[in-house]
Amino acid sequence: MIRFEAVGKRYPGGGEALATLDLEIAAGEFVFLTGPSGAGKSTLLKLVSLIERPSRGQVVVNGQNTRRVSRRRIPHFRRGLGMVFQDHKLLADRSVFENVALPLLIAGFSQRDINRRVRAALDLVGLVDKAPRLPLTLSTGEQQRVGIARAVVSKPPLLIADEPTGNLDPALSLEIMRLFERFNELGVTLLIATHDIDLVTRLGHRRLELVEGRLIGDTGSSDAIA
Amino acid sequence: MPSPDRRTGELRRTGPGLLARVRGYFRLHVQNLLGALGRLARQPVASLLTVAVIGIALALPAGLDVLVSNARTLSAGWASAVDFSVYLEPGQPLARAETLAAEARGRPGVIAVEVISAEEALAQLSRFAGLEAALEALEENPLPHTLVVRPRPGLSAEEVGALAAGFEQLEGIDLVQLDTAWVERFLAIVDIARRASGLTLMLLGFAVIVIVGNTIRLDIENRRSEIEVVKLIGGSDGFIRRPFLYGGLWYGVIGGLLAVVFNATALLALSGPVQRLAGLYGTDFALQGPGFAGLGMLVGGGALLGWLGAWVATSRHLRNIEPT
Ligand SMILES: Nc1ncnc2c1ncn2[C@@H]1O[C@H](COP(=O)(O)OP(=O)(O)OP(=O)(O)O)[C@@H](O)[C@H]1O
Ligand SMILES: [Mg+2]
Repeated sequence: MIRFEAVGKRYPGGGEALATLDLEIAAGEFVFLTGPSGAGKSTLLKLVSLIERPSRGQVVVNGQNTRRVSRRRIPHFRRGLGMVFQDHKLLADRSVFENVALPLLIAGFSQRDINRRVRAALDLVGLVDKAPRLPLTLSTGEQQRVGIARAVVSKPPLLIADEPTGNLDPALSLEIMRLFERFNELGVTLLIATHDIDLVTRLGHRRLELVEGRLIGDTGSSDAIA
Repeated sequence: MPSPDRRTGELRRTGPGLLARVRGYFRLHVQNLLGALGRLARQPVASLLTVAVIGIALALPAGLDVLVSNARTLSAGWASAVDFSVYLEPGQPLARAETLAAEARGRPGVIAVEVISAEEALAQLSRFAGLEAALEALEENPLPHTLVVRPRPGLSAEEVGALAAGFEQLEGIDLVQLDTAWVERFLAIVDIARRASGLTLMLLGFAVIVIVGNTIRLDIENRRSEIEVVKLIGGSDGFIRRPFLYGGLWYGVIGGLLAVVFNATALLALSGPVQRLAGLYGTDFALQGPGFAGLGMLVGGGALLGWLGAWVATSRHLRNIEPT
């Protein structure tokens, strides 16, 4: 699902964020990405979502070499993956329903399909009754669940999340991770960057550890579909 | 939720069908159209100022154009409405004048010929105060007999000129006096005004594009984070651009409608005085509005310029916004 081949990333005017990284994540895996601040976790995820492009090497996502995705094709490329952010990135002036519906609207689904799928997604995160509310009237945990509903509503095969529980207390964090596990059971591949080592150890999925742009630890796959 | 295909490990991502996509596309357009109007309404003061400026910018050239076309209709009949005078040589008898008049009445392009004898002409002249004494001192009447020829209305200035020249060739004619120079001068002025209105249209049309472009640029700046989010979840450039284009369209359309209102008000205010003036000249001339086509062009032109302004702004500024 994700393959890095000798990937290096150097920001203009910055140091080496990633140095010659090789890794492979199979479809159906649940992978945590850990490491100290500045290790390059966000950079790695940005290379997957084409927010950044590698300075060296190849990044292959869902069978597509990102080098061959032109700027014009990036929107289409991104529709194939769900993204969850620490700060949710919800649109404050639109209801929960409209926020979750946005990816479907972009893809051109009919209103009937949109209604059905948004309900299903909100149901999964347990927020059906909050559909007409504005995001800012929800708690942080609820807002994060809206963000997750938006990421999965178009049923992408791959979900990436950058510190999705960064602002949440331990109980809420666990709740969110359990949600991700349910998606994983449904076949979604997950790549989650987090600082929450306790949670990572407790859940026991594959863990990639980055330090200064190098992969220094990989617990190996335990969830991959053979 | 997604149903995994265990064989490939791929999810069956069920996208919308073609028909659904086409319908969705149109629905999106309608939503964007209404959404853009809604956003304008949410900032009524700022929006009103913008459309007012656009309205004025559109009303000026349109108003000028109305004035020019009125001046053209007004003056169209003048060239042929001008009588010309045919003076006989001194000493030609009145009978000669009558013969010429009878012959002239038969010419095509002539609807009336009046004969003014030398005596009548002198009598008319002596009615001017101060001339009586001078004229009485004359031994004999220095004035010739005269024909006043009225051309058929609708003749062009050239045709009237040719008609007049035809009289000059005749036996016993001294001079033909055709006073259309002032009409030509007036037409030249109208022509300048017409060109000026075209120039104004170009300049102010450009101004509308700049105004809308700048407003949309600010709008884009205010919604930067929203644009980034939409780009992150796969919104195409077209998807992101569309609401702004419709915003520009609305600015232009509403500005155009406002220009129509401005012009109608001005026309209404002027029609009374113009009618009074026309009455003084004994005509029933009345100001003509731009008509439905003109109004349609004003609104349609506004829409086009607004769209263009938004197009320029989005082309320049949306590209620079990328999620980080
Ligand atoms: N836009 C940028 N321009 C220049 N340097 C950058 C940029 N973004 C990140 N970096 C640098 O790249 C390195 C890796 O940053 P990155 O954000 O990937 O780390 P991280 O592991 O996500 O850290 P954190 O846990 O604090 O989020 C850091 O040294 C950072 O300063
Ligand atoms: Mg980070």
